[in-house]
Amino acid sequence: MLQGPGIAWYLGLAAFLFATGALGVLVRRNPLIVLLSLEIMLNGGNLALIAVARHAGDGAGQIFALAVMAVAASEVCVGLGFVVAIHRRRLALDVDELSELRG
Amino acid sequence: MILAASAGNVIVWMVWVAAGFACLASAVAVVSFSNPFFSALALIGNLASLAVLYLLLSAEFVAAAQVLVYAGAVVVMFLFVIAYVGPRTEPPWAGGPSWQAVAAALAAGSIFIEIVVAVGLKAGGRLSHSEHVGRAFGSPGWIGRLFLTDHLLAFEITSIVLLVAAVGGVILGAHTKRLA
Repeated sequence: MLQGPGIAWYLGLAAFLFATGALGVLVRRNPLIVLLSLEIMLNGGNLALIAVARHAGDGAGQIFALAVMAVAASEVCVGLGFVVAIHRRRLALDVDELSELRG
Repeated sequence: MILAASAGNVIVWMVWVAAGFACLASAVAVVSFSNPFFSALALIGNLASLAVLYLLLSAEFVAAAQVLVYAGAVVVMFLFVIAYVGPRTEPPWAGGPSWQAVAAALAAGSIFIEIVVAVGLKAGGRLSHSEHVGRAFGSPGWIGRLFLTDHLLAFEITSIVLLVAAVGGVILGAHTKRLA
């Protein structure tokens, strides 16, 4: 028996988190804040996965959420590596300026 | 008995409203702070309130892993890099709203509406009644048994993904000096 709010409330909250993170990814120009907003998007997805796992009484959603957390940690590792590399080459930390792949 | 059950229900609702509000407020704060240092600190609040929500969904191990992995490791890594790169503030709405910001807000709003409509259409009638789960649901032992029996391949692939990411981070950090 799930006490308190039903699963729909959790899913609505997850959708709002995802949309907020998407807004941050689209609006912000600092790559660090873009990465932080990506974390919010991934967390929204995780909340939906765990809510549905609890709803169905099945453990696969929680396993999926843990895999998403591992992928998020990998993404942060590589993304912050990029930020440090960009900073070392004295390029501007601005995703509008860094629009070409040429080094 | 019924009185005790409804009192528990009210407490769960209060915890949910507090954690959900903290979650929304800190997510908006992460997106709208101009200083990335404050954004990273707001992300800690977001992760902690999400861990409370996971506890309400009887996902104890995921809540603990969330606090350990995200708030303990990922945010600390962010704070180190922000300290290394130096404070660099960028007011998100400087100089009035540009067409890009307006279009991004419209896109984010339409994503939200699309998710709500899609979930409501596909599963709207089935969301009211949740399954009954046992006490072991979400406990570390139960997760570990699932990981080592049903989801062994996912477990192994996760370790490979983490290894590749670590190697990539080392290469990105080490070779820039030679290239520059």
